[in-house]
Amino acid sequence: MNTIKGNIHSIETFGSVDGPGVRFLIFLKGCHLRCRYCHNADTWEEYSADQRTTDELLEQALRYRSYWGSEGGITVSGGEPLLQIGFLTELFKKAKAKGVHTCIDTAGQPFTRDPEWFGQFEQLMQVTDLLLMDIKHIDRNKHISLTGKPNDNILDMFRYLSDTGKPVWIRYVLVPGLTDDENDLRRTGEFISQLGNVQKIDVLPYHSMGAYKWEKLGYRYTLTDTGSPSAEETDKALRLLSGKSV
Amino acid sequence: MREEWRGFSGTRWTEEINVREFIQKNYTEYLGDESFLEGPTEATDQLWGKVQELQKEERAKGGVLDMETDIVSDVDAYGAGYISEDLKDLEKIVGLQTDKPLKRAFMPYGGINMAEQACKAYGYTPNADLHHIFNTYHKTHNQGVFDAYTSEMLHARHNKIITGLPDTYGRGRIVGDYRRVALYGIDHLIDCKLNDLQHLGGGDLTEEDIRLREEVADQIKALKKMKTMAEAYGYDISNPASNAKEAVQWLYFGYLAAIKSQNGAAMSVGRVSTFLDIYIQRDLEEGTLTEKEAQELIDHFVLKLRMVKFARIASYNELFSGDPVWATLEVGGMGGDGRALVTKNDFRFLHTLENMGPAPEPNLTVLYSPRLPLNFRKYASKISIKTSSIQYENDCVMRPVWGDDYSICCCVSATETGKEMQFFGARANLAKCLLYAINGGVDEKTLQQVGPKYRPIEGDGPLDFVEVLDKYNSMMDWLAGLYVNILNLIHFMHDKYYYEAAEMALIDTNVRRTFATGIAGFSHVVDSLCAIKYAKVYPVRNEQGIVIDYRIEGDFPRYGNDDDRADNIAVWLLKTFITKISSHHTYRNSQPTTSILTITSNVVYGKNTGSMPDGRKAGEPLSPGANPAYGAEKNGLLASLNSVAKLPYEYALDGISNTQTISPGALGHNDDERRNNLVSVLDGYFYKGAHHLNVNVFGTEKLYDAMEHPEKPEYANFTIRVSGYAVKFIDLTREQQLDVIARTCHDRM
Repeated sequence: MNTIKGNIHSIETFGSVDGPGVRFLIFLKGCHLRCRYCHNADTWEEYSADQRTTDELLEQALRYRSYWGSEGGITVSGGEPLLQIGFLTELFKKAKAKGVHTCIDTAGQPFTRDPEWFGQFEQLMQVTDLLLMDIKHIDRNKHISLTGKPNDNILDMFRYLSDTGKPVWIRYVLVPGLTDDENDLRRTGEFISQLGNVQKIDVLPYHSMGAYKWEKLGYRYTLTDTGSPSAEETDKALRLLSGKSV
Repeated sequence: MREEWRGFSGTRWTEEINVREFIQKNYTEYLGDESFLEGPTEATDQLWGKVQELQKEERAKGGVLDMETDIVSDVDAYGAGYISEDLKDLEKIVGLQTDKPLKRAFMPYGGINMAEQACKAYGYTPNADLHHIFNTYHKTHNQGVFDAYTSEMLHARHNKIITGLPDTYGRGRIVGDYRRVALYGIDHLIDCKLNDLQHLGGGDLTEEDIRLREEVADQIKALKKMKTMAEAYGYDISNPASNAKEAVQWLYFGYLAAIKSQNGAAMSVGRVSTFLDIYIQRDLEEGTLTEKEAQELIDHFVLKLRMVKFARIASYNELFSGDPVWATLEVGGMGGDGRALVTKNDFRFLHTLENMGPAPEPNLTVLYSPRLPLNFRKYASKISIKTSSIQYENDCVMRPVWGDDYSICCCVSATETGKEMQFFGARANLAKCLLYAINGGVDEKTLQQVGPKYRPIEGDGPLDFVEVLDKYNSMMDWLAGLYVNILNLIHFMHDKYYYEAAEMALIDTNVRRTFATGIAGFSHVVDSLCAIKYAKVYPVRNEQGIVIDYRIEGDFPRYGNDDDRADNIAVWLLKTFITKISSHHTYRNSQPTTSILTITSNVVYGKNTGSMPDGRKAGEPLSPGANPAYGAEKNGLLASLNSVAKLPYEYALDGISNTQTISPGALGHNDDERRNNLVSVLDGYFYKGAHHLNVNVFGTEKLYDAMEHPEKPEYANFTIRVSGYAVKFIDLTREQQLDVIARTCHDRM
């Protein structure tokens, strides 16, 4: 079976901070969110000149298997990998058949209980070991203003994964003035505490290193005056998200 | 059994010189973690503090603290010397190269002119008698070589197609088995050599026999001098060492004899860690030594190795920047029986980088195998991440060739300890050779006819791959032949005028020899051939029609991306070169090998090399060792490692050096993740059959800051790995610093 081609943004052979161990990272193209701090704006567009089959990609990934040890494997990131769910499922089925640890880095935006998509998603989950999932914002309206889309289906996806016991690492990008409100962080922490499948919470301090890509693509970057949070602020956010006192 | 050998097992090693057998029968494999290690003693802190003061003074004086101008250095040329008179009772391990710390000895046998120039460069005037003696009564290596050089050789040397030749200084790269001094004592070693001498040259006495008889006689004299040297410090090393302190001291005296009599480019210490652990373990069990004291012995030994210095001329420093001596010392490795040779002492040696902070010397080398105990692999990774001061070499590819008791005799080259020596042979600039092929032997910088006047590439291009390859093959034939002849000549003269009697005294009389050639400009040749094959490359000619630049149209695969189109050319290049070298007669029946290794000389070589068809411009540094070219790596660290790992070690038994810098953030979120991930990278890389990896862990911001603010105290000992050794970053020239910064730093956004 080799029917679908993926729209590839890029490959990184040495990923060590996107899932456990050393990992082969595949960045797919296309994302419907427009996060104001996005540092990969060049992945929004769905079309890519670099199109590859799952066999080609897996063959390339397996060249690095000796570096993965007992923990590492493949992480598919993006863009939003769930936009190419058919391709992703085929890739992971083949990877699992070879005993490879599979991980998806997603913001959950395409998630829906619509039967056709959901059926595909359930198949995908059968061959996925771990999800790295972003919570962009806990508040619906603030989520819309931050990303352009509501978060109902995303929170629903979290609940679904919790109900099915699928391991999740939560990632939270801490942006001063946008996602660092103490009450919001506390609310997010309460939401997380209701989930039974969260193995880890990472707070990623905002940085502006992706801003140049916006300019290059002709978009206007609105966070030019936003700085990076301090180590103390990052630490405090992590405590709030973990439901600990500050 | 002798009293000094109480408690030791085995008999073969007592009946013959056989240190390996002694180690195998007596060492204690250690599978635990680093929690047993002890911090520095007060004595260590004081002594290291004093040495750091001296180093600071040395830097303030332009790189040299003091120089000898009267005494010709030799094993027994000096009495006792100490780090400081006030602190001399604190030194557990004693012995300096001269009478004062960091004072550089006068070593004329490699070349009197160089010895004098080195002094003058730092404002010292050598005694005029020495000039007279070594010009009138005693010839030196350098004079011998230049007497015999052909005009073709001089021309090639002058045009830098062959560079870094050991024709003006000691060739180095010979590791005496210094452990023998501790295990057997000097008297027994003398007896064994006398016995060898007795049985040497029966029947028809050949020229080779006569030479060897003279050499062994010199070895015996050197052994006697070692005793005299030790006596000056109050030690009698006639007999074996009877405890750990003596074992370290005896062994160091053996090494000291080498660095008092030779100024070789590389003066390695060898594989001593497991051996010494046997003595430490015995003392610990007998209750005569504590762990704190054991660590102190190793710290003080290493402190001495950090102080080794030679007088060098300016052009030497350009090639080998940062005053390196390659006091290479190994830890780790697996034994033939499947046990790891890792002992507590292997941890202690790495721990010196914590107790006394990072340092470039000794050149600490981990003989790596994914089968080493996980605790040891993790500890080595932790020290790498903390200090960027250690290198890794693949025990799994070296052990089948050199056995399980080899040492690293230079930066990365293996040699069986006590059984082998090496004829070190600098580098052939294969990048320049490609330009000669295109220009019919005319040098693209000097415009002189250097190589044979073969028909050059004609017309306006694009260059034809098959035609270029054909011409390149012919030009490489010429270069390989000339190169081997030059080395044969140099080593003949070195044996004659600057024989390493002290080191060879600690090696078997029936020694095996390797003939170590080297390659510079490797990745640029590969990428240039790829460009010619897969893109369109047009020559740009000067008024005389010599190609001095190239215009490239289109993309092409590059070495460093795990792309077989490029990597297969890399393998072809290596195999072709070593095959050409091997077709020639090599001096004293030595085994020809080659390396892809450039040290910091990649900057100087680059200066002398014109523009290349891969887009590298004239004068830009060549990429170091087997590293991919600057900016060529597009798929991340592991793709780059995979490309290098494809080069078969059996074609480059002298070593394939690779240096990578990883930013801490790209290695993991926290210390634990970072060290586990580095272990995974090393496991994976060496599983692939790669030979060597220098690991640096820091971001480029730190390098920029250190370059602009070398005076900051935190940069005084800031050490980085470069091709084949470690160096204090602030000791590099600015050009070299910029070169280090320009190399790919594997980072993450």
